[in-house]
Amino acid sequence: MIRLLYPVHIFSCNLGSNPTALLAEALSTVLSPTFLSKYSIKIKHLMCLLNFLLSSLPPVMKEIMVRAIYCEMLGYQASVSYIHAIKLAQQGSVLEKRLGYLAVSLFLNESDEFLLLLVNTVLKDLQSTNLNEVCMALTAVSQMFPKDMIPAILPIVEEKLTHPKEVIRRKAVLALYKFYLIAPNQVQHIHSKFRKALCDKDPGVMTASLHIYLQLVKESPESYKDLTVSFVTILRQVVGGKLPMDFNYHSVPAPWLQIQLLRILAYLGKEDQGTSEMMYDVLEESLRRAEMNHNITYAILYECVKSIYTVYPKAELLEKAAKCIGNFVLSPKINLKYLGLKALTYVVAQDPNLALPHQMTIIECLDHSDIIIKRATLELLFRITNAQNVTVIVEKMLEFLRQSSNDYSTVDLVGKVAELAEKYPFIKQDPLNLCNGMQPDIPNNFLRLLAEGFDSVEEDRQLRLFAVDSYVLLLQGETASLPQCFLQVISWVLGEYAHLRPDQASDPGKVMRLLTRLLDQRHASAQTRRWILSALTKLCSSPVESSLFSDWPVRLTAVFRGVPQVDSSLSFLDGHVSEALAAGAAPYKPPHQRQEELAHEKALSLEPYGLSLPVSLSTCSITDRLTDRQSPTRLSISSSVSGNSTELSLKGGSTTLKLDGVKRVWGKEGYLVQQPKEVVEETPLPPTELPSPLGSFQSPVSQTQTASPGPEPDQERQQLASSLFVGVGTHHSVCLVRSTACQSLRSSGHFIIVCCVSSPQVSCVSGDLVEEVKGHSVATCQYAVVMMRASVDVELAGLVSYQRVPGQPRATPFSLRLSLKHFIRPLTVSTGEYGKMWLSFSHDVKQNLRLITAGDQSPLTATLDTLRDRLHLHVVDIIGSEGIVACRLLRGQPCLLHCRVHADSLAVWLRSPIPEFPDSLLYHCQKALAEA
Amino acid sequence: MIKAILIFNNHGKPRLSKFYEHYSEDTEQQIIRETFHLVSKRDENVCNFLEGGMLIGGSENELIYRHYATLYFVFCVDSSESELGILDLIQVFVETLDKCFENVCELDLIFHVDKVHNILAEMVMGGMVLETNMNEIITQVDAQNKMEKSEAGIAGAPARAVSAVKNMNLPEMPRNINIGDISIKVPNLPSFK
Repeated sequence: MIRLLYPVHIFSCNLGSNPTALLAEALSTVLSPTFLSKYSIKIKHLMCLLNFLLSSLPPVMKEIMVRAIYCEMLGYQASVSYIHAIKLAQQGSVLEKRLGYLAVSLFLNESDEFLLLLVNTVLKDLQSTNLNEVCMALTAVSQMFPKDMIPAILPIVEEKLTHPKEVIRRKAVLALYKFYLIAPNQVQHIHSKFRKALCDKDPGVMTASLHIYLQLVKESPESYKDLTVSFVTILRQVVGGKLPMDFNYHSVPAPWLQIQLLRILAYLGKEDQGTSEMMYDVLEESLRRAEMNHNITYAILYECVKSIYTVYPKAELLEKAAKCIGNFVLSPKINLKYLGLKALTYVVAQDPNLALPHQMTIIECLDHSDIIIKRATLELLFRITNAQNVTVIVEKMLEFLRQSSNDYSTVDLVGKVAELAEKYPFIKQDPLNLCNGMQPDIPNNFLRLLAEGFDSVEEDRQLRLFAVDSYVLLLQGETASLPQCFLQVISWVLGEYAHLRPDQASDPGKVMRLLTRLLDQRHASAQTRRWILSALTKLCSSPVESSLFSDWPVRLTAVFRGVPQVDSSLSFLDGHVSEALAAGAAPYKPPHQRQEELAHEKALSLEPYGLSLPVSLSTCSITDRLTDRQSPTRLSISSSVSGNSTELSLKGGSTTLKLDGVKRVWGKEGYLVQQPKEVVEETPLPPTELPSPLGSFQSPVSQTQTASPGPEPDQERQQLASSLFVGVGTHHSVCLVRSTACQSLRSSGHFIIVCCVSSPQVSCVSGDLVEEVKGHSVATCQYAVVMMRASVDVELAGLVSYQRVPGQPRATPFSLRLSLKHFIRPLTVSTGEYGKMWLSFSHDVKQNLRLITAGDQSPLTATLDTLRDRLHLHVVDIIGSEGIVACRLLRGQPCLLHCRVHADSLAVWLRSPIPEFPDSLLYHCQKALAEA
Repeated sequence: MIKAILIFNNHGKPRLSKFYEHYSEDTEQQIIRETFHLVSKRDENVCNFLEGGMLIGGSENELIYRHYATLYFVFCVDSSESELGILDLIQVFVETLDKCFENVCELDLIFHVDKVHNILAEMVMGGMVLETNMNEIITQVDAQNKMEKSEAGIAGAPARAVSAVKNMNLPEMPRNINIGDISIKVPNLPSFK
């Protein structure tokens, strides 16, 4: 305070006379912007001073009030000056009144109680003979006025609509509009007066009334159809230059008025042919008159185009408008480009083909340096998304998300990606990518969004339910690849909102089981476990079956002990193993080695087939279980840990254990069988250059592309374009050839044929296909595809990169769907071998299949033959009502089938060392038999 | 509708802020900060439109800005305004300021906040565009300034007399309107005669 008053003190000492004026001047200094920024003044003290001066120095109040406004704008709450502002408006001269009103409108808001003090002043000023006072009052009223007090001044404001001065009429119209916005029912009765304002002889008043009509027509176009003719007439006169010259702006007649009218017409003509027909002429005229010469004419053109696309369509106009959009998009001016993209976004909803001529520009915009242009382009792409281009578009969106830092656009875009993910389920992994790519605070934002919700309760519920459902779905799948922070988000959401699930009441344990499973998994970090546990705690508050918790003491202890540090190299066994080795045990051998040895043994086995058949195996069940948990090569002989080791690997008498083979042997499902690599002959024939054979394929795409005179660097973009706009037009993705196996084709200046064929057919397919394109430069590459884990079908996706011109690498993505069928090969084994293998396989499935009856054959033979033909299985033997069949994944693990006719069906028992194989194979067996 | 008009300098110091919708004191300051943050990151040769930030309302609203020397002029508008129209309105605003202050600079805005607000009030009223003609705006503002001078001269006179004199002195500003040219017909409106 002392430092504050210091300048004040200086002034009074130096000059000595008229302390009031000096104080005021001192305060001006103190409150001046330079002073405020120079010293960090305690605002409390400042306000004390302000209050003191305002109340004691009426003559200089005006000056001080301006300072107070400044303080308020800088964010210092000058609440002490509010009452003085009102006083100023109430009592001051016209000038002070103006400042008072200004201060009040800046300081106070509609709900402020101080405003009640102002009602009388406003009333008085509205009735004043001084035009300036009336204007001030109207301005203040339209800025802030208590809703309840509107009836008090409404009649007087209405009266002003007939005031001789046009300024007053204009302001009165806008004040009434403001009243309509805050309390629509109170101005119901003056709609006729609005119409009068529309017919006002002064164009300014008419312009002001259009604000009202824009709002009214937007709310209920039906009630104002009768005014269409008037609006059209007004627009025609404006466009025709009938307004006085001083309404011109850069020699364009009243552009803002035109924009307003075009918007109103758009609302009126929407989905109404009759009304639209009335306005076609004037729309065309304004389109024609607005020559491209100034910024403001573009504004009119843009509005015009939007109107044309909103009203009932007329082909001729649409064509002109499309051309106009083209000019916008191609414009070098960046603002126009932006608007062009916006216009396109608006119109592609009606006609996706409109985007096609601008493909190249859109691709350019996607890499534009201006992030807003990029954003607008993504918005446009979002509108033209279809099943074929969704992957590329989502990729682009994610790319943008990684760079974006604007909170709003991030949230918006994440929402869009989620929407696409929901619409096109095959991009399910994307939410994960999303989380990977996002900055760490995004999950928090997302959670906040979920927790705080929107305005509507129903919307909130739906969003939360959607989140819960998608996360449950996600948890049912493989969770190992999910990032930690995403797991945490999942736990929180499930804990908080799982009760919203419709089936939560019937099966409360479902979510808990999923979370428990997550908790048990090794990859969850300690932090994640914490989140999971707290989610579980929340879920426990609802009644759950107690069986879920039976093993909890154990589990929790494990969690508390910090089990996460599992030693995957099993080093704690080192001592034991070296002891065993020293005692003469055989060293560890990797599984495939053991398998080979087993195979040799099998050749010598003389065990009768009947004994090893599953039906008679009840006596072996104990051994079976043992082998399940341990190595598949151990049959019935009990052995120590190093039972099947040999001394070979102990080199140079070293006591340290060779751990190469030991690593990753124990998986979560027990013993992990190492799968030898398997190979499927596959012939992708990638970079096939086809400059001329278009005729034979009749592809419109390639024709347009060869026709376009695009220089070389454009090729890359064309490629992107072809993947982005695939399926947008009518003929934009053409699958040219169909062959026995799956293939796909992408065109991008030239052809790339990715063709996947099973081995027996390779020759014939290449006969069909490659021969046809031979004579042109054809490059053929063959790659083998390996199915590591059996599944019903798999998606093979890849990228063909190639160079047409050296130094210009290009890439085209492709994806093929391959079925397990393509990977199955017959396994030729003897009955004896079959029996031995049967015992060693741990994963089994039993199921009844339908029998096929065919002519003279027995049903069993017919069925097995069908399976053999369709799935390439090897029928090993058929004895009476039982048959054994064997197959393997191409150069991979086998699967054995034991079939037995049981009443009308075939009881099949499948066994394999790979967990998923029996299930998947069974699916294909069912399908094959159903199709037969 | 225009939601807010903000002017701040290259360092983010607010020079004028006018909100046509009610926000709390704190939110207003945050909006200014956020807007500055969004706008200041933009290069010179990019477009003049921006999506609104979190506070000022996302896809509903748009920020339209122009950068003159040391000052950013930002209009926050909803979808009922034309983007290019607003861009020209900013131009009109700045040209008007330039005329009123004779080569306007940042200091004018600092020391004459009230005058700037008065000019703005003649252009935009309660969030609606009121007047777009620069000459018309200047005439209005000049009339008020004249009043200021006359008032200073007769400061001691009784209030009623002052009022009477002022009314007499008020310049008539008839707009040269050719009523015959524009004849707006509103057909079949029984509601008024």
